[in-house]
Amino acid sequence: MRETALRESRPLQWLLIAIAVAFLGLFLVLPLAAVFVEALRKGIEPLLATYTDEDTVSAIWLTLVVAAITVPLNLVFGVAAAWAIAKFEFRGKSVLISLIDLPFSVSPVVSGLTFVLLFGAQGLFGSLLDAWDIKIIFAVPGIVLATIFVTFPFIARELIPLMQEQGTAEEEAALTLGASGWQTFVTVTLPNVRWALLYGVLLCNARAMGEFGAVSVVSGHIRGLTNTMPLQVEILYNEYNFVGAFAVAALLAGLALVTLVAKSILEWRHAEGLSTARRH
Amino acid sequence: MTVSSVAGQRFTFVRPSALPGFGITLGFATTYLSLIVLLPLIVLVWRASALGLDGIWQVATTPRVMAALEVSFVTSALAALLNAVFGTLVAWVLVRYDFPGRRLLDAAVDLPFALPTAVAGIALAALYAPNGWIGALFAPWGIKIAFTPVGIFIALVFIGLPFVVRTVQPVLQDFEHEVEEASATLGATRMQTVFRVVLPALVPALVTGVALAFARAVGEYGSVIFIAGNIPFVSEIAPLLIVTRLEEFDYGGASAIAVVMLTISFVALLVINSVQALSRRRYEGA
Amino acid sequence: MANTTIELGKGVPIAITAEGLAKSFPGVAAVNGIDLQVKPGELMALLGPSGSGKTTLLRLFAGLETPTAGRILFGDEDATHLPVRERRVGFMFQHYALFKHMTVAENVAYGLSVRARRLRPSSTEIRKRAEDLLELVQLLGLGKRYPAQLSGGQRQRVALARALAVEPRVLLLDEPFGALDAQVRRDLRRWLRELHDRTGHTTLFVTHDQEEALELADRVAILNRGRLEQLGVPDDILDHPATPFVAGFVGDAVRLSVNVEAGWISLGGGKVPAPFQFPTGPAELFVRPSDLTLAHSAGHGTFSGKVVGTRRVGSARRAELVLDENLPSVEVTLPLEHAVHKGEELHLNLFTMRLFPAR
Repeated sequence: MRETALRESRPLQWLLIAIAVAFLGLFLVLPLAAVFVEALRKGIEPLLATYTDEDTVSAIWLTLVVAAITVPLNLVFGVAAAWAIAKFEFRGKSVLISLIDLPFSVSPVVSGLTFVLLFGAQGLFGSLLDAWDIKIIFAVPGIVLATIFVTFPFIARELIPLMQEQGTAEEEAALTLGASGWQTFVTVTLPNVRWALLYGVLLCNARAMGEFGAVSVVSGHIRGLTNTMPLQVEILYNEYNFVGAFAVAALLAGLALVTLVAKSILEWRHAEGLSTARRH
Repeated sequence: MTVSSVAGQRFTFVRPSALPGFGITLGFATTYLSLIVLLPLIVLVWRASALGLDGIWQVATTPRVMAALEVSFVTSALAALLNAVFGTLVAWVLVRYDFPGRRLLDAAVDLPFALPTAVAGIALAALYAPNGWIGALFAPWGIKIAFTPVGIFIALVFIGLPFVVRTVQPVLQDFEHEVEEASATLGATRMQTVFRVVLPALVPALVTGVALAFARAVGEYGSVIFIAGNIPFVSEIAPLLIVTRLEEFDYGGASAIAVVMLTISFVALLVINSVQALSRRRYEGA
Repeated sequence: MANTTIELGKGVPIAITAEGLAKSFPGVAAVNGIDLQVKPGELMALLGPSGSGKTTLLRLFAGLETPTAGRILFGDEDATHLPVRERRVGFMFQHYALFKHMTVAENVAYGLSVRARRLRPSSTEIRKRAEDLLELVQLLGLGKRYPAQLSGGQRQRVALARALAVEPRVLLLDEPFGALDAQVRRDLRRWLRELHDRTGHTTLFVTHDQEEALELADRVAILNRGRLEQLGVPDDILDHPATPFVAGFVGDAVRLSVNVEAGWISLGGGKVPAPFQFPTGPAELFVRPSDLTLAHSAGHGTFSGKVVGTRRVGSARRAELVLDENLPSVEVTLPLEHAVHKGEELHLNLFTMRLFPAR
């Protein structure tokens, strides 16, 4: 083969490709396939039975509710933090950015633990909450809090590098033309970051619906009340209801696939709308 | 005659800007952060410190805790190392070669990011159990994968892979082709160029990716507990031990272990940051 | 320059030859049949606009591209299919292509350290040669630094030292000063010429800067769209352009479309004699500011132009003149003391003529 000093030989290339494909196939694709195969192992009937079982239905419902609260809140946070960080120079900025990255370095179980320590029966506010008969741990609010902790960096991390790259020139131009701060934000900044925003929302949502460790610690696993879909998967699995567990898992896996597809579309079609770190 | 005085250098927190909204956005963001992140973590540390440094040390050195930490660390480290090798290979193949299905494969790398950990957990358990697709291949030889530390290792390879691939990929992508040409004109063989010029340039990114994968693996819960077996001293991971302590209402013990794990995460973060800072200073200059 | 004891360019410098060389990429013929020889020890410039194929030609010589037709000879040896790592060329890239994660000394020593065991000098020997080379390029003492900590000019010198370390047969430089500031560029140009005179390597460099080419090179090859337009010493290129392209490309020439009738060209209200036996018909006239002189008065062979603007260039002034309505304006160089006003009419002589029949 010509120019061998500049490129690996063909056979070597194909070998490397084969190894990469085999590795990814073994570690990534096989587990994914297993979810769907196991879900359908006993046929369609048991599958549908799971989806209509009331505990499962409430688990699905709770997952959706948690996501519906978490994502918008994190969206507002992400936008606010990105605005402050990207458009202004101030001291302690890197501390702020490190804090935003914090949940990524904390084990989900530890995250859940911190909320138990705060709001649990023996927690810091435990007696206070008890007095007012507010339940956070072992109830939905705890789940929401834990989910927020684990997922809030996603949107901020998509927006910050992009807005930093975009700079302040356009916003300053808008101001000189007479726009108010809010107008500038809505008509100039937001359109420039809409794809990154969507991307961040996708990731945040996927993680919010799929979070297990943190939610497991705070939820109390009360069937029909404080079980999200991932927790329901665990319960069904521990009861040896494998088909049921995989049935619910298949829903989540489906969500993961949809997220991946949407993510890829954004990366391929709207690469210029994402920060350069995201472009392939 | 008027004397104009120049204001001395004042301590300014933020550089004045024409853009509005600094106060409100920063205020909101820091409040949010404090409530959601800082407060809980402070309480954790406070709770653990109630035991005193000795107390934490006591808890951390009980045999069961040490065993759990060891299981977590060793499997995480090994998984991160395996991912270092194969993750680099995958990144290389994705960046440098074109083949049918490359884009699909590229998208698939993010699967562990997108897939809920519990789903991955039961899928891996099903695959590697003695009667699973892969477990069944090894069972006749008496080799058990699921419910042993090997199973933990496999799960941690799964979740750590994207970290390595996605940190190495952009560096490889932006790699100056001319440098490889220069190496060739100087007489190097292809292998020499790859191993002496290209791969060394990837080392900072690789270290970052490995540290990220390691930190994530140490704290991983959902993907691991189904395949792990969870036998104390053998296949029990540290996060599981925390949950067990919680169920026993031993908040102090749980906090102590959590603090130990947090310390490790921070050390990993520090490593990442120093590697990045050093390489930026040395290799990217002013 | 420092006195060194290193053997520079072992052996006799060789010629490099291209015979009917061609290289096509999908949809474009980058190099389209070029015959060219760089004489042993010569410093030749490849000059041309972007897309002219000069970089491709250089890379063909280096072995970084393979030709679609033709031959390449190094001395008498057919090197057309010789792989790049066996060609022993010293190649310099526009953006240096230094190994960022190696120190300067390691960069320079690289070519020696990758040699097969039996050809490789000992590590002490390698270190010494790297040091000698650093001294040659006046970077002694910077061996432990990393490329990122050097200036652009310093990096380019490291790249040269690195290329020289392997005792190349020829030096190929791809716009070596393109990424540098004007002043640094001028200094390095001078320095490269001195270095070349000392080491005597056959050197071929690519540039789009004609000042650089004409100042530095022994001979200049003008390329346009993959073909060789002219090859000659700088004086020839400037004073006797072989093709309209060359006439328009070098010097500050303006191209005027004129008509030759019975040996005369109508220009600016006057008539100028055309070269001996120049065919009647449309032609292209290339005029540089230095080709025009002021005539004392209107007369035989003069023409006039109206001043539409002036500008200052260095220590002289240039007046922009319109000779005829439908022709582009030309410039004439005037001494500073000569005052001109807009709208003024000047009488001119055409000192030198570069005329080509229109295609």
